[in-house]
Amino acid sequence: MYKYDHYDQAMVDARVAEFRDQTRRRIEGHLTDDQFKPLRLKNGLYLQLHAYMLRVAIPYGTLDSRQMRKLAHIARTYDRGYGHFTTRQNLQYNWVKLEEAPDILAELASVEMHAIQTSGESIRNISADHYAGAAADELIDPRPWAEMLRQMTTFHPEFSYLPRKFKIAVIASAADRAALRWHDFALRIVENASGEIGFEVFAGGGMGRTPFIAFRIREFLPTAQIFSYLQAVLRVWNRNARRDNIHKQRMKILVHELGQEEFTRQVEAELAHYLTLGTDFPQAEYDRIAAYFAPPPFETGLSDEIDRSDPDFAVWVNQQVAAHKAPGYAIANISLKPIGGIAGDISAEQMDLVADLAERFSFDELRASHAQNLVLPHVRKTDLYAVWQALRDAGLADANLDLVGDIIACPGLDYCSLANARSIPIAQQISERFADPARQRDIGELKIKISGCINACGHHHAGHIGILGVDKKGSESYQLLLGGSGDEETSQARIAGPGFDEAGIVDAVERAVERYRAVREPGERFIDTYRRVGMDGFKEAIYG
Amino acid sequence: MADPLRFRDDAAADEPAVSLEAFLDQPHATSVRLEAGDDARVLAPALDRIRLVEIDFPKFRDGRGFSSARILREMGYAGEIKATGDVLIDLVAFMRRCGFDSFAPDLPLNPDDVRAALNRYPNVYQPAADGAVPIWQLRHG
Amino acid sequence: MKILTGNDLKTGAVIWWTGADWSIHVADAADVGDQGEAILAAEDAARRVNNGYAIDAERTPEGVRPAHIKDRVRALGPTVRPDLTLKPADPNAGNWVI
Repeated sequence: MYKYDHYDQAMVDARVAEFRDQTRRRIEGHLTDDQFKPLRLKNGLYLQLHAYMLRVAIPYGTLDSRQMRKLAHIARTYDRGYGHFTTRQNLQYNWVKLEEAPDILAELASVEMHAIQTSGESIRNISADHYAGAAADELIDPRPWAEMLRQMTTFHPEFSYLPRKFKIAVIASAADRAALRWHDFALRIVENASGEIGFEVFAGGGMGRTPFIAFRIREFLPTAQIFSYLQAVLRVWNRNARRDNIHKQRMKILVHELGQEEFTRQVEAELAHYLTLGTDFPQAEYDRIAAYFAPPPFETGLSDEIDRSDPDFAVWVNQQVAAHKAPGYAIANISLKPIGGIAGDISAEQMDLVADLAERFSFDELRASHAQNLVLPHVRKTDLYAVWQALRDAGLADANLDLVGDIIACPGLDYCSLANARSIPIAQQISERFADPARQRDIGELKIKISGCINACGHHHAGHIGILGVDKKGSESYQLLLGGSGDEETSQARIAGPGFDEAGIVDAVERAVERYRAVREPGERFIDTYRRVGMDGFKEAIYG
Repeated sequence: MADPLRFRDDAAADEPAVSLEAFLDQPHATSVRLEAGDDARVLAPALDRIRLVEIDFPKFRDGRGFSSARILREMGYAGEIKATGDVLIDLVAFMRRCGFDSFAPDLPLNPDDVRAALNRYPNVYQPAADGAVPIWQLRHG
Repeated sequence: MKILTGNDLKTGAVIWWTGADWSIHVADAADVGDQGEAILAAEDAARRVNNGYAIDAERTPEGVRPAHIKDRVRALGPTVRPDLTLKPADPNAGNWVI
C-alpha cells in the first residue's frame, strides 16, 4: 500500500492548516456563507439536513487497519458512532460540527488520509476495482496508476475550478467491477499486440439528470502520456463547457453534444500540444509508487481446499468469496447489507473488528467497494472459517453479494438536503420482503439500486432494477426502472411506467422478480432475461 | 515597495485594455482584455506587441481564465497577465501558478492574506507556468 | 403560519426561531408573519443562524407541522435511525414525518 513521504504529508498538513484558518474566519464572521461554501466543499464538508456531513476520501478504495481504526475513533469522538460507505468508495460522517471539522481533518492527516476534493467542482477521489492487487483476472494492479492520478490531480492549478465535478475510475481486467463507463473519465489498463501496457480510455459518462454511457476515445494510450492526455481532456472541457446552466456543465454533456469523433479530435489536437510541453511524470515516479503496491509475501504451498462442512459457512463462502491470483488465497467480501439494515452503514465497533481481521488475516489490507461493501483482499483459504466466525459474531456475515438483498441506496431524504424522497426505507423493505436466503439464491444475481433524487448517487440508471424517488405534490413517489448495468456490458435502465408509493414500489419489484422467475431460461440472470424479453416482457406483470 | 498585487518589476502598461475584437482591429494596440469565453489562441500572431492581457473572471467559479493564462504562457507570452473580476483570495495561488502576475479584483484583497495564501503550500504536484519544481522532480533529483 | 429554520453555524444543528431565540424543537417555532426576511437578515449577520429560510407550517394538536416533508425530517431526525432523532423513545415518531 502507498505510504506518504514527507512531501505528501506536508501537502495534507498544509491543507488542514488552511481549512482551520478558513473555518476560523467563517466562525468569526470574516467570511460569509456564500464565500465559505466553496471552500468547505473542496474539503468534503456539506451542510445536510441534520448537521454538517464530511466526506472522507478513500483513494481507490484501499485502507489499512490503522486507517480503519482512525475512522472508528473519529466516528466515536466526533460523530455518533458510525459512518457510511458511499457508492464512490468514500466514507461519510453525518453529524459533524463545523468547529470540530479541522480537528477531524488533522486526525485523518495523521494516518495519511484527507477529504481533499471530495466535493465541489473538482477532480474527485479516484476510484478503482476493489479487487485490485488480488483479482485472478487482472493484468496488473491498477492502483499505482490511481495513486499517480491522485497526485496529478491534487491541487491542479488549471483544473481546480472546473465547470462541474469530474470523476475518474481505473481498472485492469476485462470484467468491470468499477462501473467504468459511468465515469467522466475512465481507464482500463490493457496490453497491446507488442506486449506494452497502456490505457483504453473512455470519456463522457455520468449519471445524474442526463445519464450518458462513456464513449471510448482511445484504444491504446501509452502510459507515459497519461498526464498530458488527462490535461488535454480537461482543457477541452474547461474551455468549451457551458457555464450558464449548472445542469449542462458536466463533461458528458459536451462530449455528447460534440459527438465521439469531434471530441476525440479536439482532445488529440490538445494532446499533441501538451506533449511538446514535457509535463508528464517520469517512469521513475511510477516505479517508486508501484513498489509500494508490490504483492504481499504470499505463502506458497497452501491448500486450495475449503472445508465446507458447516452449512452456514458453506453458504457464505459460495456467495462472498472471489478468486484470488495467488494459490491458497481468496478474496472475502464483507456485506454491509444486513436484512432491514442501512446500506453502507457501519458502526465504530464493526470498523474496529474489520480492522482486526485485516491485520490478522489479510496482510493489513481492506477495500471499500462502490457497492457499499468491504473486502478483505488477501485471505488464506484455511483462514476463511475463522474470518467468517468473527464476522458472524459482529453481524457482518450476510451472504448476499450481488443478490437481491445487496441493494445500493443513497442516504436519501433521511439525511440528504438534495433528496426528494427517502431511499433507505425502500431498500429496507425490499430486503425484508426477500429475506429468505434460499429465495435470494434462487433469484440469483440481481442488482437493485435506489436513488432519492435525480442526482443518482444510488446509481439507479445502472440497476438491473433501478428505483428513483421523486417528489409528487409533496409526497414521496418512486419510479421503477429496468435493464441498467454498470459492468462490462454497460447499459442504461429505462423507466417501466407510472410511479408508485412506498408500499407499491416494493410490490412492483416483487412482481418484476416473479416475472423473471417465471420466464427465465436455464442459466439466465435477471438482466439476461430482461435483455432477451425487453420491457414488454415485464410491463404487464408489473402493471397488470 | 512594489505593489503587492503586481508581481513584476517592469513598468505597468499605461494603455487601457480593449476587447479582443477591438484589439484585433487595431494593429497598434498593446493591451487586450479577454472575457472568460474568449479564445486566447487567436492572440498568437500578435504576441510580440502585447504588453498586458487582462483576463476577466465574471464569477469565481468560472475557471476558464485559468486555461487562458496557461495557453498564453505556453505560447511564450512574457508580458503581464492581470486577473480581474470576482477574484477571491483562495484563487490567487492557483492563478500565480497559471501565469497571472497581477491582480485587480472587484473587491480588494488584503495583501497579508495574499502573502499567506501564496506561502501556504510548501510544494506542488504538477509543473505549471510558474516554474515551481514538482514533487516528483524533487523526489528523483 | 410562517416559521423560520436554519442550522446552527458552529454545530450544524437544526434550529427553529422561537420569536426571541433559536430552539432545536420545532414545537417552539413562532409565527413570524411577514417579518421573516428581516429577522433572518439580522440573525445571519449576527451568525446566530446559518442557511436560514422561511417555510410554511401549520399548528396541529401534535404541535407545529412544517408543510414540506424535508423540513419534517429535519425537525425529527433520520426516520431510519429513531435512536438518533429527537424522540428516541417513540418508535413510531417517524410516522409524523410522512
